[in-house]
Amino acid sequence: MTDPDVPVTEDELHAHVDGELPADRRAAVEAWLATHPDDMARVAGWRALADSIRARYGAVASEPIPARLNLRQIERAGRSWRGIAAVAAIVAFAVGGLAGWTARGAIGPMPAATFTADALDAYKVYVVEVRHPVEVPGSEQAHLTQWLSKRVGYQLRIPDLEPVGLKLVGGRLLPGPHGAAAFFMYESKSGERFTLYSTRTNGPDTSWRYNADGAVGALSWADSDVAYVVSGEANRDRLHKVAETVYAQLERPPVR
Amino acid sequence: MRRRAAPGGRNTAAALVFDKTKTAATDDGRKSVRAGGNDQVSSFRSDVETAIPALRRYARALTRDAETADDLVQDTLVRALRSEHLFHGGEVRSWLYTILTNLNRNRLRSLARRPVMTLIGDDDAPDMSGPEAGSRDIERALASLVEDQRAALLLVVLEGLTYREVAEVQGVPVGTVMSRLARARAQIKAFLDGERPTLRRIK
Repeated sequence: MTDPDVPVTEDELHAHVDGELPADRRAAVEAWLATHPDDMARVAGWRALADSIRARYGAVASEPIPARLNLRQIERAGRSWRGIAAVAAIVAFAVGGLAGWTARGAIGPMPAATFTADALDAYKVYVVEVRHPVEVPGSEQAHLTQWLSKRVGYQLRIPDLEPVGLKLVGGRLLPGPHGAAAFFMYESKSGERFTLYSTRTNGPDTSWRYNADGAVGALSWADSDVAYVVSGEANRDRLHKVAETVYAQLERPPVR
Repeated sequence: MRRRAAPGGRNTAAALVFDKTKTAATDDGRKSVRAGGNDQVSSFRSDVETAIPALRRYARALTRDAETADDLVQDTLVRALRSEHLFHGGEVRSWLYTILTNLNRNRLRSLARRPVMTLIGDDDAPDMSGPEAGSRDIERALASLVEDQRAALLLVVLEGLTYREVAEVQGVPVGTVMSRLARARAQIKAFLDGERPTLRRIK
């Protein structure tokens, strides 16, 4: 088994470079390399590659760690979903440049800030989900409407976004700032995804607000204690068009 | 003619007895001491904290973008702290690499759903001039790899994980890890030689 005459495999050459070779094969591999210059060159190439990768990225581990990766900060925010929402909301509103923020004092995040941040969080979490983006598929729209309306405590209507090229993927139930929230996902043929988030709010009615958090944008409004947030990639024109379609259908009395 | 392990081939993998006393290429974040009893919670937390620099390094090489990399690390930390109750012993560091690797795979999948993809064009040919040429070549060479091969290579050569640990992180047999490594190295060599035979050009 430890016969030095057993031919050296390519796997063993890799294992040799990676320090994974069993001690009893080391001599055999080294002897092989001494008499096989082509393999020796390959092994040297692999070592050089490892060296350049380490040379290029090794120093990253010594860089100062940015504040957002501070564990205490993440723990504090992670203890409650609301905490994260508050942090995200401050960022979102800093970007949005909302003048009312300071005027209202720092008692807590404004309701609009909280639900928008919740909605953006939900968007970011579920939009990348390939296999299970929703709990109930769009094909069961009647059930979806009934179930989520019951949970959020008001009658929901699921907008038809086919006019803007979006098909309903489905929906799911989420925790919101004041109880349950309904979350619907839409998808275009090319895979671009938009979400509609709706929950109760105890804040005042608001007109449209646009927030961007990195690559993600949200248009939100509140009407009669119900908040709506349409999220998508931060392409304002496209987002506006989608949100307008949602808004128009929610304002219009049901046809049926 | 040498024997070559088939992808996922267990025979060769099983025939090789891996040397557990291997010296790691790097050792940040490597804490083998597992505290028991009432120290478990703080030990978990400090194991996570110790791993942050290495996670950043791995993520940077995996994504070749500082912002995206730190986003990934942040998501990994949030998920790890939230799912501490799901962690049933073992090495925290490997578990964190697993989370990060999976998050990045999801990220790439979601990017792949979009119509715009990274175009690997002629101007991406290895640039043999200038002081930055070497590091740019490495970035491009890494970019030319399939994600699973890139992750396997980086976990081994940059993070110093054993084949067995990488197999655990990637959720595949050790033989698959070895074949990913071999392919990654072959592809990078081909790339740096200017052959680039398997580059996918997306139109």
